[in-house]
Amino acid sequence: MRALLIRDLRLAMRAGGGFGLGLAFFLIVVVLVPFAVGPDTSALAVIAPGILWLGALLSCLLSLDRILALDWEDGSLDLLATSPLPLEAVMGVKAVVHWLTTGVPLVLAAPVLGILLNLPSQGIIWIMLSLGLGTPALSIIGVFGAALTVGFKRGGLLLSLLVMPLYVPTLIFGAEVARRGSQGMAVETPFVMLAGITAGSLALMPIACAAVVRVNLR
Amino acid sequence: MKQETMDTLLSVHELSVARGGLSILCDVSFDLFPGQALVLRGRNGIGKTTLLRCLAGLQPVLNGTIDVGADAIAYASHADGIKSMLSVAENLRFWAQVFGTTDIETALVAFDLVALRDRMAGTLSAGQKRRLSLARLVVSGRPIWALDEPTVSLDQASCLLFAQAVQTHLDAAGAAIIATHIDLGVNGQVLQLDPYAATSNTGVPSGFDEAFL
Amino acid sequence: MLEQKQKESTKKPMSIWEYANPTKFLRLSARLLPVLWICAATFIVGGLIWGFFFTPDDYRQGSTVKIIYLHVPSALMAINAWFMMLVSSLVWVVRRHHVSALAAKAAAPVGLVMTLIALLTGAIWGQPMWGTWWAWDPRLTSFLVLFLFYVGYIALWQAVDDSDAAADLTSILCLVGSVFAVLSRYAVNFWNQGLHQGASLSLDKEKNVADVFAYPLYMCMAGFILLFLALVFYRTGTEIRLRRIAALIARERRVI
Repeated sequence: MRALLIRDLRLAMRAGGGFGLGLAFFLIVVVLVPFAVGPDTSALAVIAPGILWLGALLSCLLSLDRILALDWEDGSLDLLATSPLPLEAVMGVKAVVHWLTTGVPLVLAAPVLGILLNLPSQGIIWIMLSLGLGTPALSIIGVFGAALTVGFKRGGLLLSLLVMPLYVPTLIFGAEVARRGSQGMAVETPFVMLAGITAGSLALMPIACAAVVRVNLR
Repeated sequence: MKQETMDTLLSVHELSVARGGLSILCDVSFDLFPGQALVLRGRNGIGKTTLLRCLAGLQPVLNGTIDVGADAIAYASHADGIKSMLSVAENLRFWAQVFGTTDIETALVAFDLVALRDRMAGTLSAGQKRRLSLARLVVSGRPIWALDEPTVSLDQASCLLFAQAVQTHLDAAGAAIIATHIDLGVNGQVLQLDPYAATSNTGVPSGFDEAFL
Repeated sequence: MLEQKQKESTKKPMSIWEYANPTKFLRLSARLLPVLWICAATFIVGGLIWGFFFTPDDYRQGSTVKIIYLHVPSALMAINAWFMMLVSSLVWVVRRHHVSALAAKAAAPVGLVMTLIALLTGAIWGQPMWGTWWAWDPRLTSFLVLFLFYVGYIALWQAVDDSDAAADLTSILCLVGSVFAVLSRYAVNFWNQGLHQGASLSLDKEKNVADVFAYPLYMCMAGFILLFLALVFYRTGTEIRLRRIAALIARERRVI
């Protein structure tokens, strides 16, 4: 499993685009929002947590189809499925790699972009915390979507269609944590729920992912 | 075929396989012993690939049984499964780690890849990629090799290398089941699949879901 | 010997799994369908006429309240269709009866249309009542999310060629989706209460609907349940026949 983790990270670094693309997309979304809603800083401050969460979610979505498609095309997914590694673990590793290459950069970039959106300073810590807690769930749910559509001719759009409704609870609770945090309100309930979704997804989704990949490989 | 006293590595009994919901091969039976190579032959579309994928556990069988030890088969498909952004040695070392072995030198030597070890796999020629893909079988350390058209894009010298590698594997009490059209020069039995082809009357499991098959 | 025979004879007709056999299912549905169609039509037409013309206008909402006779039954079926799909997906995953998977496939578009009816009638009702076509009320929002789930589920069925693989994939999507749909319901509830303190725009009217409105409503609900059953039986039969045709064509092509 560590070998797979290292291989996929190395591939992401060498192929380029792994780290950069999602981040660039995040930046563009956030920069475009003020052009669309107007430069009023107090209005931007109110919607900043939501924008940051939505931007992060879209950047995640953008990179999902690459998670398994490359391995499927060159046949390594077949080989991984017949290797001694449990397929559940392979899926888990895929999610971890996606999180490290997409989720972590988003968390680190969020404060900078938060300043652009006039996010109150107390909100910065909460946006980082909520993104840090929520993006692993986005990654593993995304792997499920990628596994469902692996090998489809035009899977990209279908992938977004399938994954988007699954993202709703994570988005609601994550954005709620950030919003309440930035307004100085109590965040316990959404925070616990967000943590629960992440923990539950990480524990159970690899099983669903592996089951779906097995179906798609045959 | 009175070799039942020996330990079979793989025993297939009245196997039927399907592709796209349609049975294509019916009642295939064979045994594979250590040191034995089995060559699958048959016209295009007869189901060689499907049979191998069933043996590898990638596809469910329609009927019949496959008796094989856990983690015994190393499968090599049409696709090479090589990462072009990794070097030859990195590709091999990854699979060695996945299969829990450490030695990649034997495989590099066996397939004449030593000089290429630090080249990016993406810069290799098709035949060189194929050799790298086959070298993976050596590092897998598994007793049964299931190979689907292994000699595609190999030149004559490389085919010879491959035949030697298979022979070495057989001498070490391994076994191989190979779908191929060319004569490898490996001593082994030939299984002609044409007679097992399903017709419209065979392979229809009578019973519950008969309306669908 | 005798005991064994008795066991067999009592065991066989009792199993409901018998009807997972496609031919048996078709025979059953051919007998059931006319009854279902007639009952559904009677109940819906009767309930709607009773509800529209023989109930008094509400003192607060006037006659707009009468859209309840379409709105509530369709909403009821929108959720229960998904629930039925969940159950038959489970049956497919566990027991691998093709009819079960096809029934789930057949129910999805019906559920989708029910969801659409519920959303549309909700909007039409909301306009005179709240002065807006749409509010991000928890219920409306959950139905919108449910709508997205239906669309994704149907799209996945369409996208996969091999029907067994499609059944497997959609079943797992249905199981996973159900969990997330429940989570979404909870999340949406939470989220909206966070926005408007004490949800002033509540749809919770059924609780205090007077009997005079309630009886035709029950009749409409029964009618919609029957209509749903009839549609699912009918569409499942169609799906079975389509599968059968595809299998026959495939076999025909192989005989060279």
